[in-house]
Amino acid sequence: MTRALLLFAALALPAAAQLAVRGETVYTMDGEPIANGVVLISANGTIERVGPASQVAIPAGVRTLLAKVVTPGLIDAHATAGLSGVLNQPHDQDQLERSAPIQPELRAVDAYNPRDELITYLRNYGITTLHTGHGPGALISGQTMIVKTWGNSVEDATVSPTAMIAASLGNLARAQSGSPGTRAKMIAMLRGELIKAREYAAKNEKARDLRMEALVEVVEGKRPLLVTVHRANDILTALRLAREFNLKLVLDGAAEAHAVLPEIKASGFPVIVHPTMARPGGDMENMTLEMAAKLKEAGIPFALQSGFEGYVPKTRVVLFEAALAAAHGLGRDATLEALTIGAARILGIDDLLGSLTAGKQADLALYDGDPLEYTTHCTAVIGQGKVLFEGVQ
Amino acid sequence: MRLTAALLLAAAVLAAQERPIAFTGARIVPITGAELSEGVVVVHRGKITALGGPQTAIPANAERINAAGKVIMPGLVDSHSHIGQVEGADSSAPIQPDVRALDAINPRASSIRRARAGGITTVNVMPGSGHLLSGQTVYLKLREGARIDDLLIPLADGTPAGGIKMANGTNPRRTAPFPGTRAKAAALVREQFIRAQEYQKKVADAGGDAAKLPPRDLRLEALGEVLSGKRVVHHHTHRHDDILTVLRLAEEFKFRVVLHHVSDGWMVADEIAKANTLGASLILIDSPGGKLEAKDNRLVTGGVLDRAGVNTGFHTDDGVTDSRWFFRMAALGVRAGMGREKALYGLTMANAKMLELDNRVGSLEVGKDADLLVLSGDPLSVYTKVEQTWIEGRKVYDITRPEDRLALTGGFGAGGDGALMHLDECGGFTLGLDFRNLNLSGELD
Repeated sequence: MTRALLLFAALALPAAAQLAVRGETVYTMDGEPIANGVVLISANGTIERVGPASQVAIPAGVRTLLAKVVTPGLIDAHATAGLSGVLNQPHDQDQLERSAPIQPELRAVDAYNPRDELITYLRNYGITTLHTGHGPGALISGQTMIVKTWGNSVEDATVSPTAMIAASLGNLARAQSGSPGTRAKMIAMLRGELIKAREYAAKNEKARDLRMEALVEVVEGKRPLLVTVHRANDILTALRLAREFNLKLVLDGAAEAHAVLPEIKASGFPVIVHPTMARPGGDMENMTLEMAAKLKEAGIPFALQSGFEGYVPKTRVVLFEAALAAAHGLGRDATLEALTIGAARILGIDDLLGSLTAGKQADLALYDGDPLEYTTHCTAVIGQGKVLFEGVQ
Repeated sequence: MRLTAALLLAAAVLAAQERPIAFTGARIVPITGAELSEGVVVVHRGKITALGGPQTAIPANAERINAAGKVIMPGLVDSHSHIGQVEGADSSAPIQPDVRALDAINPRASSIRRARAGGITTVNVMPGSGHLLSGQTVYLKLREGARIDDLLIPLADGTPAGGIKMANGTNPRRTAPFPGTRAKAAALVREQFIRAQEYQKKVADAGGDAAKLPPRDLRLEALGEVLSGKRVVHHHTHRHDDILTVLRLAEEFKFRVVLHHVSDGWMVADEIAKANTLGASLILIDSPGGKLEAKDNRLVTGGVLDRAGVNTGFHTDDGVTDSRWFFRMAALGVRAGMGREKALYGLTMANAKMLELDNRVGSLEVGKDADLLVLSGDPLSVYTKVEQTWIEGRKVYDITRPEDRLALTGGFGAGGDGALMHLDECGGFTLGLDFRNLNLSGELD
């Protein structure tokens, strides 16, 4: 399912509406929220038309779902769900391979389990897209991918089979034994590998090297390096590395980003903020619940995430993490934006997803109140025009 | 009896709130009894001295606090927490009743400040669950104080209030001398309780004759307090069959028990309701799993147990969930069908009953401790803030004070006191250090 094909389908087959959603408030993320809004959905699973009920008529006989609040399907900008299985036993934990510190050749598609019950669990809160894959915990742990939270196979679920290369700095990357054992060693190792990748790219005749192939994309700026990094000095180290090799970074976690906002802003790199309810320990001891609000205020592009959890809960729910960010300075509308179009932009999928815009994929979440309130329920989830869930989650 | 003296001193200091304070204009949620709009609550010498509508008499010399537009409710009671960098038993044995949490709590730990920010005023601080019995728990009031003595709650006999922590299921499973199976776990526990019964009999048979008393045994003494009912068992248990094993052992040895976590409680609600417990204290987690015995943890459990007639409360298990969002636990219960009033009861009175402190805390009633919260709005809304936390007539948290706001939001200087919670010796959950090294079998709660 490539993006080009989908766009082609959307343009070539403008089918008649087969499903409609009517909401007391429709957050389109493409203009102001619409009171008493209607979303018409085509048979090909794309959005046909969006507007106030006074302007967009629902054709007779079309199935119509009602809700207090309608949003685009939510996007979790960084997860490990599907690789870090629900049971948390060695046999279902595929987010981190510890045999070597640098393994960018590990593909997420070869590990993603679309049937893990946590995927459906997340979907039923209105989360329709996950950026998931190899987790934090190694200098370079592997690749990430973008999936939808349904589908019978990884191929069915895939939006993008390779999204970013996941890296970690600071205590997260410290090896349990052997190297890297220090922060300086981490960077020495990364610089060495990136130099090799440049040399590999410049060679005409070469034996295939999967690791180098993955890193070449990074040094050529074609593939973002997703760097999970918390301490302010480690964030600056990541920026230094990016300058040296002309890398494209996405900063992840970034618990002490509040101490280096001008430097991050100057870099132009976006931040995927750690879960708001993350535990304030280790490299994250100086985290703040106001991180997302501070990034917003600084004008730095940001998104929200569920992250990786080593214990209970095995996955966080980005909607819940977002709610606390909203309550601590970000506010409802900016939070919903971060959960949808903001995340889509950072993931480079905003041509397909993230807003209720004619021609985009019809992924919608329906709620019986403010989606961020603890006691509000998700009442339906629509994925590419199909009702995937209806009930009360 | 130095400890007793310290407790009495602490009590004397606390009684010193000489000027009455009257909170006026708030919506008051007393937990027991109907809500009051534009209510008045008067506190004096650490106790609630009046509670009522706008006409309630206010002493002439009272300091008045205008709480119009706010919500006032009792301070929260957390029946299961690991704040204060608490430690308990070590790896030498699976059953260590002689170990006391109160000997291992850092009253300056940042987690205690966060608990006040979350509105928690009374808390049961427990050792971890990597043991069948990991030690004596301690009930604290989160008063400001540099010594643990300042936070203790003296019982009538002068000893500090507390229970004992037990666990079954997967957490205590390790290599010998720890149990390798569930049956072995139960056998080890039964054997120790039988030893304690024999010890109790020897003490009774001595009839006060010091020459006939058995040599003092701190372990059996503490287990004796469990058998006599003085010390309540706080029992970590998740899986449905493990829950029923706790009830079976409680019945055999007549110990008084609170069930903790109770992930599968929704499967055995009637059995729990029929059994003789002080209640079930739940943790609701954001998603099921993370360990085998939590794979069926459901948000519905609060409502299911409450409707079955179980005294149902919530806990933070701080370290696992943060004390700052204890209110959220009740809200998640409501989300999954629990009544709003019952959910708030589950943060307060239900837990006060489990700690047998319901004559002092858990509700706003005349004569009870002046432990109360001033909230900016609906207790179950994510947007609501705890603005003030009061314990025994003293303000211990005020969101307008920079140091208190820092405790709430975090940032440089908010933490930084090393590992934020107890460290189980099996080396897994070293929160301050490194999540990657987490023991997948899970030894926390």
